[in-house]
Amino acid sequence: MLIDVILIAVAAVLVGVYVSWRAGRLDRMHARVDKARAALDAALVRRSSVAQELAACGLLDPATSLLLAGAAHDARAAGEPNELAESDLTQALRAVLSQPGFRTSLDSQGNADELLAELESAANQVFLARKFYNDAVASTQAARRRWLARALGLAGGAPMPVFFEIDDSLVAPTGETGGSDMPHLTS
Amino acid sequence: MKVGIVCPYTWAVPGGVQQHIRDLAEALIGLGHEVSVISPADDDTPLPAYVVPAGRAVPVPYNGSVARLAFGFLSASRVRRWVKEGGFDVLHVHEPAAPSLSLLACWVADGPIVATVHTATPRSRIMHAAYPALQTALEKITGRIAVSEAARTTLVEHMGGDAVLIPNGVTVSRYEKATPLPGWPGEGGTLGFLGRMDEPRKGLEVLLRAFAELAVQRPGLRLLIAGPGDTGDVLDKVPAPLRPRVVLLGQVSEEDKARVYHSVDVFCAPNTGGESFGIVLAEAMAAGAPIVASDLDAFRQVLRGGRAGELFETGNPAALAVAAGRLLDDPERRATLSDAAAEAVRAYDWPVVARDVVRVYEAVVAAYGQVGVVR
Repeated sequence: MLIDVILIAVAAVLVGVYVSWRAGRLDRMHARVDKARAALDAALVRRSSVAQELAACGLLDPATSLLLAGAAHDARAAGEPNELAESDLTQALRAVLSQPGFRTSLDSQGNADELLAELESAANQVFLARKFYNDAVASTQAARRRWLARALGLAGGAPMPVFFEIDDSLVAPTGETGGSDMPHLTS
Repeated sequence: MKVGIVCPYTWAVPGGVQQHIRDLAEALIGLGHEVSVISPADDDTPLPAYVVPAGRAVPVPYNGSVARLAFGFLSASRVRRWVKEGGFDVLHVHEPAAPSLSLLACWVADGPIVATVHTATPRSRIMHAAYPALQTALEKITGRIAVSEAARTTLVEHMGGDAVLIPNGVTVSRYEKATPLPGWPGEGGTLGFLGRMDEPRKGLEVLLRAFAELAVQRPGLRLLIAGPGDTGDVLDKVPAPLRPRVVLLGQVSEEDKARVYHSVDVFCAPNTGGESFGIVLAEAMAAGAPIVASDLDAFRQVLRGGRAGELFETGNPAALAVAAGRLLDDPERRATLSDAAAEAVRAYDWPVVARDVVRVYEAVVAAYGQVGVVR
C-alpha cells in the first residue's frame, strides 16, 4: 500500500542519514588522532632537542653531558618516535635531575635557569600530548569496535590507531608533586 | 710506584672490567707497588683495603643496555679529592669513553694518565664530536692500552687513536690446583664445556652433536657443562637416551670453576667466532686441562699452533668428535698437552701482564711529570 511504501522510504532515508553521520564521525575521530599524533611527535622532538642543548651547554660535567647527548641522539636516531628510546631518554633525564647537588651546582650559571625551564616545559608538553593522544586513540578504537562500524567497514582503509606507551614521568617515584601530575623542576 | 686506578662501574657487580681491575690491582700490589682504586660501590658492600668508594652508581640506559654509572658534580668532586690527596705517580683509568668516573677523572686531572679500553665502539666518535669538552678531557690521556685487537682496531679506524695491545691476564695460581668435583671425571671419560650455553658463538651445539656421535661408541662417556642458560633448551638438543650422561651445573662460583677444569679428561672450546682472546681457554690452560679447541686465530695463537692444545675445524662436529676421541684414547698425549698448556699460559699470568702495564706507566711518567688536579 502506498503508506507502507512511504514509511519504508522514510525509514531507509533516516537509516542512510544515520550511517552517514556515523561514518563522518569516525572520519573526524581519525583526523583528531592524526593531529594529536603530530603534536606528540613535535613534543618528543622538542624534548630531545632541549636535552641535547643541555648536554652541549658546557655547564655540566662531561659524564652527564655524554649521557644526555647519547640518550637524545638515540631518541632521534630512528627518525620516527621510538617508545623504547624515548623511555630511555626519560630515565636518563630523571637520573641526571635527581643527582644530589645538581640544582645547586647549576645555580645562576650561564643560561642554566633558562635551559631547565625549557626542559620542564618540554617534559610537561610530552606528558600532556601523550595523554591527549592516547585519549583520542581510546575513543577511536572504541568507536571502531562497535558492530555497525565493523559490519559496514565504516573506517574505510584507515589503520587502527595504536597507543603510545612510554615512561614520561620526570618525577621520582617518591611522588613529591603535591598531588599534581606535572613536575616543577625549577621551583 | 703509587698507582691510582679508576673503575667506572659498580665494584661488586660481576663484570669483565671490574674483574680485570681487581686482578690488576692485586698483581701490582704483589709486585710491590702502592695501589688505590676508586670505584662506585653500593653502601653495604665489603670492599678490599685498596678500594675507595665513590658513592653509588645509578642504573641508566646507555649504549643499548642498562649500565651502572657514576656521573654528576658529586662524583666529580669525589674523584678530584681522591686525585688531590692521592699523590699518585700515574693515573690509570678504565673505559674512559663511558659517562662515568673514568671520564670525570680525565676531566679533573692532568699529568701521566693511562687509559685501558675494554670495548670500543664507533659510536663514541659521534658522541665526542658533539661536545668539544669531552674531547679535551679524553685528549689528556697520555697512553692507551687495548685489551683486544678488536678494541684497538676500532680506536685506530674510528677515533684516529692508537693503543698498545696488552690482553687480559689470568690468575694462574687460582686454577693451577683444585680438587675435582666428587665423582668426576669418572671411569668412562668426561668432556667439559664452560660458558654461556645459549650464546650460539660459544659453540655448545657443535659439542652436543659431537658428543652424541662419540657417546654411542663409548658407553661410559659423560659431558659436564657449567655456565648460565636454559637447561631445558640444552637437554632438548641431546638424544633422549643420552640425557642422563649430560650434567649441567648452571653458573658456578670462581672456586668451583677451577674444580670443573680439573674434573674433565678433555676440555672443549667449540666457539664459532667472536673471541678476541678467549679467557676461558687461558683458565683451562692454567688448570692443565687437555684442550680441544676450534681453529680460530685467537685460539691458534694462544695454543701455540696446536702444541698446547688440539685444534679442530671450526663448526664441524665430526672433526671435534675425531679430535676428542683421539685424546680420550691417548693419556700420554693428554699429559703432554697439559704440560705444554701450563707452560704457555705463563705468558698471560697476571704478574707478567702487570709488568707490561708497569712499563706503560714508566713510559708516560718519564714524559709527563706529575699527576695533578686542574679544575
